[in-house]
Amino acid sequence: MEAGRQDYNLLVIGGGSGGLACAKEAAQLGMKVAVVDYVEPSPRGTRWGLGGTCVNVGCIPKKLIHQAALLGGMIRDAPHYGWDVAQPVLHDWRKMAEAVQNYVKSLNWGHRVQLQDRKVKYFNIKASFVNEHTICGVTKGGKETLLSAEHIVIATGGRPKYPTHIEGALEYGITSDDIFWLKESPGKTLVVGASYVALECAGFLTGLGLDTTVMMRSIPLRGFDQQMSSLVTEYMASQGTRFLKHCTPSRVQKLPDGQLQVTWEDLTSGRENMGTFSTVLWAIGRIPETRSLNLENAGINTSPNSQKILVDAQEVTSVPHIYAIGDVAEGRPELTPTAIMAGKLLARRLCGQSLDVMDYSNVPTTVFTPLEYGCVGLSEEEAMARHGEEHVEVYHAYYKPLEFTVAERDASQCYIKMVCLRKPPQLVLGLHFLGPNAGEVTQGFALGIKCGASYEQVMRTVGIHPTCAEEVAKLRISKRSGLDPTVTGC
Amino acid sequence: MGGCDRTFQAHQSGLLQKLLQEDSTYDYDLIVIGGGSGGLACAQEAAILGKKVMVLDFVVPSPQGTSWGLGGTCVNVGCVPKKLMHQAALLGQALNDSRKFGWEYGQQVKHNWETMTEAIQNHISSLNWGHRLSLREKSVDYVNSYGEFVEHHRIKATNRKGQETSYTAAKFVIATGKRPRYLGIQGDKEYCITSDDLFSLPYCPGKTLVVGASYVALECAGVLTGLGLDVTVMVRSVLLRGFDQEMAERVGSYMEQHGVKFLRKFVPVMVQQLEKGSPGKLKVVAKSTKGPETIEGVYNTVLLAIGRDSCTRKMGLDKIGVKINKKTGKIPVNDVEQTNVPYVYAVGDILEGKLELTPVAIQAGKLLARRLFGGSLEKCDYINVPTTVFTPLEYGCCGLSEEKAIEVYKKENLEVYHTFFWPLEWTVAGRDNNTCYAKIICNKFDNYRVIGFHVLGPNAGEVTQGFAAAMKCGLTKQLLDDTIGIHPTCGEVFTTLEITKSSGLDITQKGC
Repeated sequence: MEAGRQDYNLLVIGGGSGGLACAKEAAQLGMKVAVVDYVEPSPRGTRWGLGGTCVNVGCIPKKLIHQAALLGGMIRDAPHYGWDVAQPVLHDWRKMAEAVQNYVKSLNWGHRVQLQDRKVKYFNIKASFVNEHTICGVTKGGKETLLSAEHIVIATGGRPKYPTHIEGALEYGITSDDIFWLKESPGKTLVVGASYVALECAGFLTGLGLDTTVMMRSIPLRGFDQQMSSLVTEYMASQGTRFLKHCTPSRVQKLPDGQLQVTWEDLTSGRENMGTFSTVLWAIGRIPETRSLNLENAGINTSPNSQKILVDAQEVTSVPHIYAIGDVAEGRPELTPTAIMAGKLLARRLCGQSLDVMDYSNVPTTVFTPLEYGCVGLSEEEAMARHGEEHVEVYHAYYKPLEFTVAERDASQCYIKMVCLRKPPQLVLGLHFLGPNAGEVTQGFALGIKCGASYEQVMRTVGIHPTCAEEVAKLRISKRSGLDPTVTGC
Repeated sequence: MGGCDRTFQAHQSGLLQKLLQEDSTYDYDLIVIGGGSGGLACAQEAAILGKKVMVLDFVVPSPQGTSWGLGGTCVNVGCVPKKLMHQAALLGQALNDSRKFGWEYGQQVKHNWETMTEAIQNHISSLNWGHRLSLREKSVDYVNSYGEFVEHHRIKATNRKGQETSYTAAKFVIATGKRPRYLGIQGDKEYCITSDDLFSLPYCPGKTLVVGASYVALECAGVLTGLGLDVTVMVRSVLLRGFDQEMAERVGSYMEQHGVKFLRKFVPVMVQQLEKGSPGKLKVVAKSTKGPETIEGVYNTVLLAIGRDSCTRKMGLDKIGVKINKKTGKIPVNDVEQTNVPYVYAVGDILEGKLELTPVAIQAGKLLARRLFGGSLEKCDYINVPTTVFTPLEYGCCGLSEEKAIEVYKKENLEVYHTFFWPLEWTVAGRDNNTCYAKIICNKFDNYRVIGFHVLGPNAGEVTQGFAAAMKCGLTKQLLDDTIGIHPTCGEVFTTLEITKSSGLDITQKGC
């Protein structure tokens, strides 16, 4: 396809999950495509290669380190099952970090090869808009290039927020951008925040044997089902993570021995407290990467609250030939698979191949905390708000994974709840699963919800025995009945 | 005018006597023979509905002398101990992986069989106890006796001491399940063990020959190998008969690559004891199924896993005219689990044409009780029942095998999507790529409806369960494509299936 008077048919700004998916799909459908990707180093100086947040400082390293932590738990289980493991058992952060970083680098490489294979031009330059059809890209060395395209997709994602109003936050704290690339163990860590990033990081740090504290201003996992969120943090507390609830940090100072002294206010008592940590990890949210794009040069509007780019259902911004997908777009779930799908569908629409628009409802997700939380659909609160308490039926169960029995593990927080409409056939509005392999359990049920599953249909599904997932198909006790929801025996 | 045919029929079936007698002359509303998954579920549901119920359960000791408590096969010598031992084996793998993730501890890691079996048996005992408690709480009478029919509506129950008691009931449910089959060759009962014995074996089995290619054989072989033992599997013909054969071969292939030896197309003809002991030493002579070749091998243990026989032949069913399949011992029932004798029902493994799975038995038992005593009309839904084989690489499936699908729908009407996948956790652990495999079979003429779901990979059971629910709701390829995956998981691979078998395209992953 000729680009006409522009260099390219499609220019994608941002080589992450959404950007790459869009670029590759468009190239496959015959468009002349270019991708520009640039990683502004973190305040600590961390940088990484092609692939975006998921590959470099998100999903991938997170899940691998989560796995490292889970393996620690398995090493503890093993003797119960007859394995003779010599004590002491220690963890070498450096060895783990190197293995994880090597894998991530192989993915960076893989992405570059894929772009090459599909004849997508890749530039490692930092882009900003000159006008509606043109960007100016600057290399690390300062060299400038101008690129123009018929269509432009912005997929620049987001970066962790720093609480710059807190003295010492920028100088001494790190974020998720840095934690996965640390060559040395972070040691005794204070994680500030209550997001899934905060809890997942605190979870794996604890699992690796590090002294970990989470400081939260208010509730954990805002936006998620709050009963489930409490159970998540309860489990973490039982595993040794310390929680400082209703506290906000006011100051971070460096001590002569290199340790960090954090001062915070306890909002309940009004008192000030201090603590010493080797590392302070800010996980208080992410901000869209839009500030340095010079969006005003192209007339692209952003949300005044979030600074995210405003888009319609077709991913179109305020400028007809400019689009935005992924974390940078307003009102979208900040998830890799949704960005990928949005990118692919967008490419197909641009090439006239399809009219399909992304369906953002009932997107499943999983929080990979020590005890994992998988969910799809509405939280109990959302369901009640939307339909009214009298019209909602919640089925629930506390269960014990078979593998926990011999391992003598505490299953107090292993819990499932299915939120349904009360009216027969009782459409499933939401499913919440807290337990091992939550992502694997939830995926198939998300399909069920996509198919319009009713409670009756799920109950007619025979369970696979013995698994945790079968407990979803065995939910019988409703909250309304007041009966004990604990599953007993085999 | 009139006629007495119907009256005669009623007399034949026992209905007439029942109508003439007052119900209060029966000791019980329901007697369940067999305290396993199906039996207990049925009994407890009936009790909840206010009926007077008795459960008889009796375990005839295995030839090796093994016996167990209340709960049936699943609890004592099936699903539960199997999965726990499988977990023990998986933990062995996890210990290996952990070093790649930075964990450091002494290189020498050994497995102690006795520690494991003691822990597992303790858990099973707690389940036996839990079942007894549960029956007591629901006022179900439990008798540890062997039940046999003596005449219509009456059984005799013989306890361990040989004492006989008689009981009557308005209705009966037979849920006696199955026991492992023996080969019928010299030395089999004297020297070989089965799954009945393995899970409580008081000593490590050592170098083991597993005879059979059932899921029991492969799961046991997989476990023993994972615990560090030298294992050989002797297979007469195909692996996992009845399952999708492509998947079966992949399961076997993985096992072979990970240390399990396979002797294909051989059957044992003699087992001889060379040395007594715990374990001892056994010599096995086997004959090829293809020619005159014979081989010999020496093992500490021979585990027979060649199939299971229904426990229906010695319970007086002939006395009341309940028809059983002469060859298999299975009981044919109608779609409400009723035998040819109207007041006698059956659930679980002994049913002809039904799947031998705990959850199926439980579901059937519960629904049966609700229909008999609760006025329900709901029948057990046997369509698209999911299952998982807990081999070292787990295999989960729901719906049709590829062969069956082709047989029913014809190849040109089907589209099969497939892919390899590399679980993220396997990357750093250095485990094989292009081994885990996902496949769905779609019916082109029914909106590409998913009629077969197959996954080979870790946590296959957890992955498969939800998809089974989705298939119950009419899952199609389009719906799969429209659904967002959870990242990073294995299950998400089903939401991005693109390559069809018919395209012939390569599904080899290049590591990204």
